[in-house]
Amino acid sequence: MQWDVVWNNFDYFLWGAFPNGPLGGLAVSIILAVLGIFGAFWIGLAAGLMRLSRNKLVKLTAVFYIEVIRGIPLLMLIFWFYFLVPIIFGSPLPEFHCALIAFIVFTGAYIAEIVKAGVTALPSGQMEAARGSGLSHYQAMRFVILPQALRNMIPSFVNQFVSLTKDTSLAYIIGVNELTRTATQVNNRTLSAPTEIFIAIAVLYFIICYVLTYTSRRMEKHLARYQARDR
Amino acid sequence: MNYQFDWNLVLSGQYGQWIVEGLVTTLQISLVSIGFTMLLGTIIAVMRMSKFKPFEWFSFAFVEFFRNTPLLIQIFFWYFGSYSILPDSVNTWLYDHDFEFAAGVISLTFYTAAFIAEEIRAGINSIPKNQLEASRATGLSFMQAYRFVILPQAFRIIIPPLISQSLNLIKNSSLVMTIGVMDLTYMARQVESYSFHGFEAFTVATLIYLAISLIVSFSINMYNKHYLIQIKY
Repeated sequence: MQWDVVWNNFDYFLWGAFPNGPLGGLAVSIILAVLGIFGAFWIGLAAGLMRLSRNKLVKLTAVFYIEVIRGIPLLMLIFWFYFLVPIIFGSPLPEFHCALIAFIVFTGAYIAEIVKAGVTALPSGQMEAARGSGLSHYQAMRFVILPQALRNMIPSFVNQFVSLTKDTSLAYIIGVNELTRTATQVNNRTLSAPTEIFIAIAVLYFIICYVLTYTSRRMEKHLARYQARDR
Repeated sequence: MNYQFDWNLVLSGQYGQWIVEGLVTTLQISLVSIGFTMLLGTIIAVMRMSKFKPFEWFSFAFVEFFRNTPLLIQIFFWYFGSYSILPDSVNTWLYDHDFEFAAGVISLTFYTAAFIAEEIRAGINSIPKNQLEASRATGLSFMQAYRFVILPQAFRIIIPPLISQSLNLIKNSSLVMTIGVMDLTYMARQVESYSFHGFEAFTVATLIYLAISLIVSFSINMYNKHYLIQIKY
């Protein structure tokens, strides 16, 4: 076992060639995941509420978006943005942007399902009581339903963030210099310790994802105590 | 946008044949992996529920580790890194046969088995304890109670998530293109680089994946409607 290959390149895995060159490695993976979940939250919230709309056209648009995106592999979506944006707009996007847009569009569809499930899981009495006390539909959504529903959804959002963190490894395929790519670079350069390198990278991803999964489980238990229920 | 669409090019001749070959490879690697996944997932779930502590710890570690690391890293690990930990005879056998395919199957199996084990465990746990007590009280043995009362109910609950995990596996199988398994995504990419008609190639591949997903989710819905009898407690 040659663990020194891993230790000698450890700072490269964590932040690439940063002070002297572009940022890379784990830092870029985390930036991709954080920006991705931020964008996906807003798209997912919009699509999830559209999915619940009584207007047929609005509802069908949301269903189409959600079902199509959930039906294809993420890799396919990344290729769409990578190979096809140059055809449509004439000039290619930087790889980082392609990957980020693909992650936002992809995760947005999954968040939309979470939002839909979260809103429908609230007892219908909440909406009726809010409307009965004189709030408009929009106000009831904004001040009564969503604050409760979004709070209950936090564990699911964290789980989705964990999936997205794992999915950022796919940005490697179109050449974004994130953790997986730094690993293959070091592997191609040294050629002597693939087992050690990939175990080390797996452990890095594992630490981040497991800590988040653990937190979300704790939150789930905690939140279950304060949930509004049907009687 | 000056792009000449040429759907015939992708749908017929050499390129069309590549796409079909890719689809066949995707289905092959998915079906083989689904088979192994069900087996491994069940074993891990049973170990998780056993009273023997080391089994429980092992399956806990297995599930958490494989669920919380990216599939792509696992594929690279089995493809590049398994050489130094596997015995020589296994390595020779693998290199004589289709090593890329085998590495793809192993990584897809381990990754999905971790998810499936949890679904199976949740399904069996969701049957209330008093079902077992009641069937024991009516005179069934422990094995009989599981065989005739618990498992038939648990399977009804487990089957839909198992199908949807299998669908995830089919979608995830697109990642094996990175180690050179010539699946649907690989072939679409290859058509793109030979012909510069990426739009048509990726559209066809996307529609194929979408069709598979829609058929599978439609069958889950049908199953839920007809067989999933809601049990009220």
